[in-house]
Amino acid sequence: MRSNAVELSEGRIGKFGEKYYAGRPQQVLLRNWLSFKSSAWIAVVSGFFEPVLYLLSFGYGIGELVGNISTPGGDISYAAYIAPGLLATSAMNGAMLDSTWNVFFKLNESRLYKAMLATSLGPLDVALGEIAWALMRGGIYATAFTAVIAGLGLVTSWWALLAIPAAIIVAFGFASFGMAITSFMKSHHQMNFFEIFLLPMFLFSGAFYPLTVFPGWAQAIIKALPLRQAIELVTRAMSGEFGINILVNFTYFMVMICVGLFFTTRRLNALFMK
Amino acid sequence: MSEKLIVARGLTKTYGDFIAVDGIDFDVAKGESFGFLGPNGAGKSTTMRIIGATSVRTSGTLTILGKDPEVHGPQIRAHLGVVPQQDNLDNELTVSENIFIYGRYFGLSSSFINRKIPELLEFAQLEEKKDTKVEALSGGMKRRLTIARSLVSEPDILMLDEPTTGLDPQARHILWDRLFRLKEQGVTLLITTHYMDEAEQLCDRLIVMDKGKIMAEDSPAQLIKDYSTKEVLEVRFGSDRNQEMVDVLRPLADRIEVLPDRILLYATDGEQLLEQITAKGIHPNTSLVRRSSLEDVFLRLTGRSLVE
Ligand SMILES: Nc1ncnc2c1ncn2[C@@H]1O[C@H](COP(=O)(O)OP(=O)(O)O)[C@@H](O)[C@H]1O
Ligand SMILES: [Mg+2]
Repeated sequence: MRSNAVELSEGRIGKFGEKYYAGRPQQVLLRNWLSFKSSAWIAVVSGFFEPVLYLLSFGYGIGELVGNISTPGGDISYAAYIAPGLLATSAMNGAMLDSTWNVFFKLNESRLYKAMLATSLGPLDVALGEIAWALMRGGIYATAFTAVIAGLGLVTSWWALLAIPAAIIVAFGFASFGMAITSFMKSHHQMNFFEIFLLPMFLFSGAFYPLTVFPGWAQAIIKALPLRQAIELVTRAMSGEFGINILVNFTYFMVMICVGLFFTTRRLNALFMK
Repeated sequence: MSEKLIVARGLTKTYGDFIAVDGIDFDVAKGESFGFLGPNGAGKSTTMRIIGATSVRTSGTLTILGKDPEVHGPQIRAHLGVVPQQDNLDNELTVSENIFIYGRYFGLSSSFINRKIPELLEFAQLEEKKDTKVEALSGGMKRRLTIARSLVSEPDILMLDEPTTGLDPQARHILWDRLFRLKEQGVTLLITTHYMDEAEQLCDRLIVMDKGKIMAEDSPAQLIKDYSTKEVLEVRFGSDRNQEMVDVLRPLADRIEVLPDRILLYATDGEQLLEQITAKGIHPNTSLVRRSSLEDVFLRLTGRSLVE
């Protein structure tokens, strides 16, 4: 076992991104785990319950009024109709919690990234580690939510299991993009941008009703938004609908992931290696 | 001549139009304890960050262990232990977790780090606090932990940016003692400070910096010899009379400096000078004879005090 810091870092000379990447994002994950172990679990649990509460109140409350919904796959209850959208939303929320406010704090107040980048770690290690942590949270929320809807009898096929990888892709996209935007934010004031953007996106992305209620131009705008893409990806995965459409959704998230990673790394480098 | 670990030539850093480090040259040899002495804003931290490969120089050349930090940042950082001016410990973790994860950032194995932790805790005198969250530590303890943490990777060069600023005298002395031990073990130390006593105690050789430039470079003793007299007589007449006494006193001393609250008279023999003054019928309110220090060197070089 090599234990010498210098040898370890010289081993990477000539390899991929040697100036920006030490190949150790897992140590950033480990750091978050150490901190999380002794932190307030309640905040984590409450993030999970939010979509569950929506499901129960809207699905069974409003569901009582609207009755069954007819879909290409047959009639389903209103609760089953909104479940994929809420699942996508829960993956988004989980990812955004860690990649926005928590990252902002580490960037600006706790000087944590500064300490990390004074070691032989590089900015891409930090970006990947933080994004992986955020997406794990999104993935865990989504898995738990899938278990809840299965328990409530709202899924009808094994395709529903695909909701989990779909939700992880969604969480990855949001974590990556969220961290990139956060790294450019200068004040708490600016951070409120996320709330201003996320709530309307949640209400209008068609988690609760079909998009066809809107005029064509509004539909086009909504379809370009990441939550709408997430809802479509999860819905299609859960119903086993594979075609060009789901490929578009998938590509949308791959682009979001790459763009987010690129800008986060570049920004961290500019902030801490100036 | 022993091996040179750091070689800087014409090192310059500008922020916009502002020149923070202005073309400085210096060498640091292996095992040496090298100081940067200067007031706030002299450019000490900027120089440290450039050496630490977390800031990119604007011009000049710099090699650290034969490598350029601009090209081999991570490799150079692997050689360094960094104690920044502002502590950046992980407040959400405990004392030993802080050391542990820092070692992991360097890629060191858990078993290696776990073997090192007791030794580092003992060095930092924090054995009893090992499971305490960092938030709850005193300023002096945090500083010692930052140093202990920086040693986990067994660095060749330890960089300390104002290691004792903001600490009470007792905490400072404990820290100096720890740094002495490292020096004895042959660790190369880079220390910035605006305390002349710290520079005198810890540095084999130092550069005096002001406004991004080097004003002088040598051992503390040689600097004092070159730029000051052996002793200093400090006299006070009360702020309104200080100025009028200057003309009377000037011919008696080798050199004279007037500070807002006192007059400094430079002489080889301070006691003898005081006798001369009293023989003339001049009686200061208070008088004090002391050895010359780096503070006097700085005053001579820049006309200003180190600590405003
Ligand atoms: N990131 C920065 N942007 C602009 N000016 C800076 C920056 N960092 C330092 N400076 C300026 O450079 C000068 C030297 O700063 P610094 O190296 O911190 O001095 P010291 O450590 O000797 O007190 C100061 O005037 C400071 O305001
Ligand atoms: Mg400084």
